[in-house]
Amino acid sequence: MADDSTSNTPRDHGDKTIEFSGLVCPVPLQDYPNIILGHGGGGKLSADLVQHVFLPAFQNDHLAVLGDSAVFQLAGVQLAGQRLAMSTDSYVVRPLFFPGGSIGDLVVNGTVNDLAMSGATPLYLTAAFILEEGFPIAQLKRIADAMGAAARRAGVAIISGDTKVVERGHGDGCYINTAGVGIVPDGIDIAPNHTRPGDVVILSGTLGDHGMAIMSVREGLEFDAEIRSDSAPLADMVAGIIQVCPDVHTLRDPTRGGLSASLNEIAAASGCGIVIDETRLPIHPTVQSACEILGFDPLLVANEGKLVCMVPAESADAVLNAIRSDKHGSGAAIIGRVVADHPGVVVAKTAIGASRVVVAPIGEQLPRIC
Amino acid sequence: MKHLTEYRDGETAKRLAGEIARQVTRPWAIMEVCGGQTHSIIRNGIDQILPDQIEMIHGPGCPVCVTPLEVIDKALAIAARPDVIFCSFGDMLRVPGSEGDLFKVKAAGGDVRVVYCPLDAVKIARENPDREVVLLAIGFETTAPANAMAVKVAHDQHVDNFSALVSHVLVPPAIRAIMESPGNRVAGFLAAGHVCAVTGYSHYRPLCDQYQVPIVITGFEPLDVLDGIRRCIIQLESGTAELENAYPRVVTEQGNVAAQVLLEEVFETIDRNWRGIGAIAQSGWRLRDAYRSFDAEIKFDVSAIATRESTLCRAGDVLKGAIKPNQCEAFGKQCTPRTPLGATMVSGEGACAAYYNYGRLVPLEAPDVQAASAKVAEQA
Repeated sequence: MADDSTSNTPRDHGDKTIEFSGLVCPVPLQDYPNIILGHGGGGKLSADLVQHVFLPAFQNDHLAVLGDSAVFQLAGVQLAGQRLAMSTDSYVVRPLFFPGGSIGDLVVNGTVNDLAMSGATPLYLTAAFILEEGFPIAQLKRIADAMGAAARRAGVAIISGDTKVVERGHGDGCYINTAGVGIVPDGIDIAPNHTRPGDVVILSGTLGDHGMAIMSVREGLEFDAEIRSDSAPLADMVAGIIQVCPDVHTLRDPTRGGLSASLNEIAAASGCGIVIDETRLPIHPTVQSACEILGFDPLLVANEGKLVCMVPAESADAVLNAIRSDKHGSGAAIIGRVVADHPGVVVAKTAIGASRVVVAPIGEQLPRIC
Repeated sequence: MKHLTEYRDGETAKRLAGEIARQVTRPWAIMEVCGGQTHSIIRNGIDQILPDQIEMIHGPGCPVCVTPLEVIDKALAIAARPDVIFCSFGDMLRVPGSEGDLFKVKAAGGDVRVVYCPLDAVKIARENPDREVVLLAIGFETTAPANAMAVKVAHDQHVDNFSALVSHVLVPPAIRAIMESPGNRVAGFLAAGHVCAVTGYSHYRPLCDQYQVPIVITGFEPLDVLDGIRRCIIQLESGTAELENAYPRVVTEQGNVAAQVLLEEVFETIDRNWRGIGAIAQSGWRLRDAYRSFDAEIKFDVSAIATRESTLCRAGDVLKGAIKPNQCEAFGKQCTPRTPLGATMVSGEGACAAYYNYGRLVPLEAPDVQAASAKVAEQA
């Protein structure tokens, strides 16, 4: 597991560290009276909308958990201890086809993964299309075929759908929403607030592949080697984890906002601190280089086929082996641990033996000037 | 990639830090001029492994931070026009003007686009002959050649619907201004390597001689920065004030001559306002007369815009090295990356953003936080 006993002894710098709670703007929505792109970036601006617009309007216990999917029992329906999980997501990715996948793969894998992060076995999906007038049917066919193939790979069926068409100029070709249901096995209870001090933090593979693949084709950037999206279904990996560790505390797929957003959400929900070791983060060299060129932090870049999990220390090796035995988890690594100190704060140990706070992103990352 | 791992090695970093500790006998304030170096220091925790006697002061070398408010306001006014496609580097979009930022203009319907290369803006202009395309051309000597190239290409190819809102600034006059400012504490400089890659470095020698200050041309990786500090400390302890190139893998004495020729052709030197600092003589570039028809400021007649700067923001004092970001009363309270009062809290390379994002925060209001902060420090 992550070693936190680095020999370097820093000078006393207790006068210049850490903690943001109580210091952020008390009325964050005042900054932007209109929606800006960053509200969809999965960072603090997205969280603002959830906290200040959606939660107060929808208020209920299931939503308040803020998991990737909601887990519940249907009143009066006995499922032998099992519960249902339900999730939904909308996909507005551009371009629609990219190295390593397409929007078709994403809409299936994304919702499958949201269900899997609650420990559920995904079963059924719905798909709703919002198409722009003029969108080529040949492209829609490609997307639908990709969805069908992804559904078969993930072992789910797309059993209901809807199609709407908006006037030319009122959309961006093709938007897709998927919703899904799955079954959570008896005794499995996975949620962000179950993270405990002493847990080990395991990441299933390299960071930032999807986000940088999209960036490279969207902006016409060329790198030495092609960067491919990691879009993949993770339900089998989760099943493998549960098999060796039914007590897995938290699972999260770090999509928008990247690993940083996920870890900060988990730290906030659990009231624990998280310490990660930067030298242990698996990052593909080309992705690392692309991030350096653009001034991006790989911790903030989106992934579509990775999970991060918090498991009891005694199960860490078994879980790591289970993830590595999955075809999408060969690059898994233990990247850190959960601590009782600095509650709600994520700290990274740097390569030179110092430390820094890992903050949640605000909105989308912006390429820097130089 | 080899370079990345090669210049981030933890053991070598500790060895360099140890060497610095052995060399230093008294307090020294060293300024890293470039915001990229500031971020390397804060992100990697270099300040945590330096001896107490060394104080790193964050200099004015963040182009986003020092672009004058009036230029931002002019950009907002131009970008809001329905006939304009406004092109900018990404990190300028969140910089606050008097009444908002480019994100707000975009959300209100302005056609604001992020470009990765200034020539992309010329391409957009060619593809949209019925629209005016404006490039926000800011930055130090580093970004200036590409912006100059965009203007020259537009000029040579008669892309007359292209123009540039130019606000370039230069490093050597800023060093001069810092050395001549009252109460200056800076005893040595880490000069920005990528600036010198363009300009060369012979013109830094007179600064060393005139102000008896060591200047070490330094890169941006952790080991680059530590080596720059080490060389600076050795000079300071021995009482010398030389120009040193600690970044020879990128920087040569003559620099990029082709870029210099281009810059000389397109730009002329003028006095320039620096946000938070004020006017510095001969510290900026503007388009020469031959290219003046591509000057967006003239084309859109935005010279009369009135500005309104925050009265709380002390970004100027931060940029001059007079205070640390967390010594500003608004830091972390009225001013956060989400509610920035000044550009230093916005830019990815701004000193205030670096302090906020990477955890150099004095808990101003929550005393219970101090215990947690101290524990984090102990774990490092």
